[in-house]
Amino acid sequence: MGSKAVLQVTNVLKTFGGLKALNNLNLTIEEGTVHAIIGPNGAGKSTLLNVCIGQLTPDTGSVEFDGKNITGLEPHEISQRGISRVFQTPQIFEELDILQNVMIPALAHLDGQFTFNAVKDLRHRDDVKRAAMEIIEQMNLADQLHDRAGAMSRGNKRRLELAMCLVQKPKLLLLDEPTAGMARADTNQTIEILKKIKATGMTKVIIEHDMNVVFSLADRVSVLAQGTIIAEGTPAEIRESEIVKEAYLGGAKI
Amino acid sequence: MDAILLQLLNGLDKGGAYALIALGLTLAFGTLGIVNFAHGALFMLGAFCAVTFNKLLTISKSVKDESITFFDAYKEVPYLEIWWGETGTSIIDYAVPLSIFFAIPVMLFIGWALERGLIQYFYKRSHASQILFTFGLAIVIQEIVRHVFGANPIPTPAPDVVSGSANIGLYFGLGENIIYPWWRLIYLSFSICVIGAVFAFLKFTTFGMVVRAGIQNREMVGLLGINIERRFTIVFSLSAVVAGVAGVMYAPIVPPDFHLGMDFLVLTFVVVVVGGMGSLPGAVAAGFLLGILQSFAAMNEVKEILPGIDQIIIYLVAVIVLLVRPRGLMGVKGVFED
Amino acid sequence: MAIFSVVVLTMPLWMQPFGAAYPDILQKFVIFGVFAIGYNILFGLTGYLSFGHAAFLGVGSYTAVWSFKLLTMNIVPAIILSVVMSGIFAVAMGYVALRRSGIYFSILTLAFAQMCYNLAYSVLTPITNGETGLQLAKSDPRIIDRLFSEAGEGLPSTTLFGIETSGYSGFYISAVIMIIVFYISLKIFNSSFGLKLKAIKANQNRMRYLGFNTKPYLLSAFVISGMYAGLAGGLLAATDPLAGAERMQWTASGEVILMTILGGVGTLFGPLLGVIIIKYFENIFSAVNQLDLHSLYAIFPAWLENSLVAISSLFVGEGWHMTLGLLFMFVVAFLPGGVLEGLQLIYKKIKTRLIKNNKSTGTDTDTKQETGANHGE
Repeated sequence: MGSKAVLQVTNVLKTFGGLKALNNLNLTIEEGTVHAIIGPNGAGKSTLLNVCIGQLTPDTGSVEFDGKNITGLEPHEISQRGISRVFQTPQIFEELDILQNVMIPALAHLDGQFTFNAVKDLRHRDDVKRAAMEIIEQMNLADQLHDRAGAMSRGNKRRLELAMCLVQKPKLLLLDEPTAGMARADTNQTIEILKKIKATGMTKVIIEHDMNVVFSLADRVSVLAQGTIIAEGTPAEIRESEIVKEAYLGGAKI
Repeated sequence: MDAILLQLLNGLDKGGAYALIALGLTLAFGTLGIVNFAHGALFMLGAFCAVTFNKLLTISKSVKDESITFFDAYKEVPYLEIWWGETGTSIIDYAVPLSIFFAIPVMLFIGWALERGLIQYFYKRSHASQILFTFGLAIVIQEIVRHVFGANPIPTPAPDVVSGSANIGLYFGLGENIIYPWWRLIYLSFSICVIGAVFAFLKFTTFGMVVRAGIQNREMVGLLGINIERRFTIVFSLSAVVAGVAGVMYAPIVPPDFHLGMDFLVLTFVVVVVGGMGSLPGAVAAGFLLGILQSFAAMNEVKEILPGIDQIIIYLVAVIVLLVRPRGLMGVKGVFED
Repeated sequence: MAIFSVVVLTMPLWMQPFGAAYPDILQKFVIFGVFAIGYNILFGLTGYLSFGHAAFLGVGSYTAVWSFKLLTMNIVPAIILSVVMSGIFAVAMGYVALRRSGIYFSILTLAFAQMCYNLAYSVLTPITNGETGLQLAKSDPRIIDRLFSEAGEGLPSTTLFGIETSGYSGFYISAVIMIIVFYISLKIFNSSFGLKLKAIKANQNRMRYLGFNTKPYLLSAFVISGMYAGLAGGLLAATDPLAGAERMQWTASGEVILMTILGGVGTLFGPLLGVIIIKYFENIFSAVNQLDLHSLYAIFPAWLENSLVAISSLFVGEGWHMTLGLLFMFVVAFLPGGVLEGLQLIYKKIKTRLIKNNKSTGTDTDTKQETGANHGE
């Protein structure tokens, strides 16, 4: 494992009203790892991701990415620096077709946050199309290229969203419950795909409820409860940890 | 000083009208989620209820005019006068306030018919389609009124007793120059009463409680198994009635014509946005506030410094409020914040 | 594109049977065509519903008339200036209004347009000439024209380097301009810029998280469509040098919205179709009077004739607005995709019906796919 920190969350506090969603949270994600974050509902997992992508600004504390402070940057600026996120409910362009859905992030990757190119026909942008097709094929979506994205099954929507994130070649990929609400077969397929990506060495943070997924993918696991990290270690260590069992699992078997 | 007080009063009665229309608009938006561009047309229909009622009361018969003796002359005498003499005359005199009792059932019916017949199919559509649909509806209502009543404003007088002006200054010992039409004072008190009644209704009845809960969380109330549909109809009718009675009482202030509604609609939309979409107290407060601001901007002293400010003050305030405090003056955080 | 140009330029020929082949209405078709094409770039691509575009139309008209008054009767500077001027207005309005979205955007643009309208009627009367409207006068300086010739008798007319721009020549000049701007809008639709705008309409938040700064995209679209509106305003003044504030009223914005959605919002040809339908029927309906109706229903017995006339007169002549309002409601309620989508649906239905008839067995799957594709459109 590389020891360089890609993401460094330091003393982040985020309150809603009187509720501390994140309570002086510290977290380090090392380059090239798959880092799982688990924890009970309301522990602050999604808030943590929202802070990382700039949807929320922390009250205090800082988020560093690639050695630079990204606290308070706009979401699009953070995304341009190389953080991509897959949402819990797929966030795709429902009215557009699959190819367009993937071409758009490819454009973001190739052209930057704003380029005014109203003249060149998109059909002549071979670079964009090639980048998009490559990922679409990897995700086994090539046969539905011109289907409207909104008409797809939930599992396919998730795969499409993953494709949209991957085409940007992010340095850090955040996955918010990539298998939630999926049928067994779909879950397995997703795990296979994630394993394939793991081989590329891309750093990933996964929030997950399904322990099968966590233990088959993760290099490291952090346990989040009441807005703070209560334990961290390898999957094996976490599985054995008494604190975790009590705080999170309430004694249930893993 | 007197001038300022006078402008304050001027602003309050206009503000009363804004507040009443904005209240209905907010009720419909807050509970039903409907952006109703036809709401101004409902206000206008109210004003024409007064016109209609006035006409009904003065249906006349040609009677030989006895005072002219050297040739046969006829004059129109309302039936009411023929039947009841003096009493009839005073009933006609009080046509406008009396027409409230005529307007309430009429507006209830119109509100019910619109909601059941048209609006209910738009609850699940986008705000843009709602705006466009009700915009078309407003044009249709407006054109029907024009067809029936013609394009010219129809003067509808207030009762004789209150058609003069009150020297308020003298009553309160504030100098002699604050002279203010009685009817406008009545309008102001009337609007305060209606606003009070609506708030009391929402506060103290179970029905009102459900409506308030609905404004805060529409889905929740739906989950409680309450028959939302029937309540929606009632709320929409209620908002139509509030707009209607506001229109009835406004008829003596501005002779109603068919585009009265459109004129008010744009302004009240701005009022609602300034007050905070979905906030009833916000709608009322912003209504009065903008009415007052508008009348102050119309003062000559102000116009000399900022020419034209009276024409744009409301819009200017709206732009500033939307940019500085997007949810409006009293909007609930996170509700309809887009 | 070539076919499109031919179709537009031959309008005087094929509009003949419809009784709409005279220059006045043809000019309206193409000028409002420019307006609607521009509006579609904003509303069709980004989904932002602006109630303020009439203001740009007005600004364009005023600017053009002032250019006729001060500089020259040649329409080239007038049109360039009106586009530039409305562009400046659009930057200012867009910069503020685009900080919000949804109905707040609509109301902000509405507020802006009303401000312009009210100011045009009050303080700005020296510039707009208030209710009378801005007109040419004999005493206007027209500095550039004066360099070449003396002021003639009577009012000069607008020209394009000597060609008069009223009547048919006015139509052809406007038509050529419309074809050009249509081509530009085609380019925008097919460019990456266009795709990004569509994506903003579909899911603006996702665009942000994908690394796009959406504000400048929206502002560009807003300014482009504002400039289209200004161009239309300039053309209106070029064919008839007169500008009034009523052009800026929000109901005028309502009209362009209706044209766009009636034809088919977000489609290339839809807005043009909408313009033609509305302007054509406006022309016909508002010209009909009671006498025409009586002769139309003359074959019925008198009592029926009279009641039919009474009913129909609600919708024609002065009542044209009523028809417009009803049309508005109908389209929004039943044809949100506009006439163009309606036609497509009918076409697909007929096609599937035919396929069904041709192959009586084993075609069920085909039909299903066909309708499935329909929904995907």
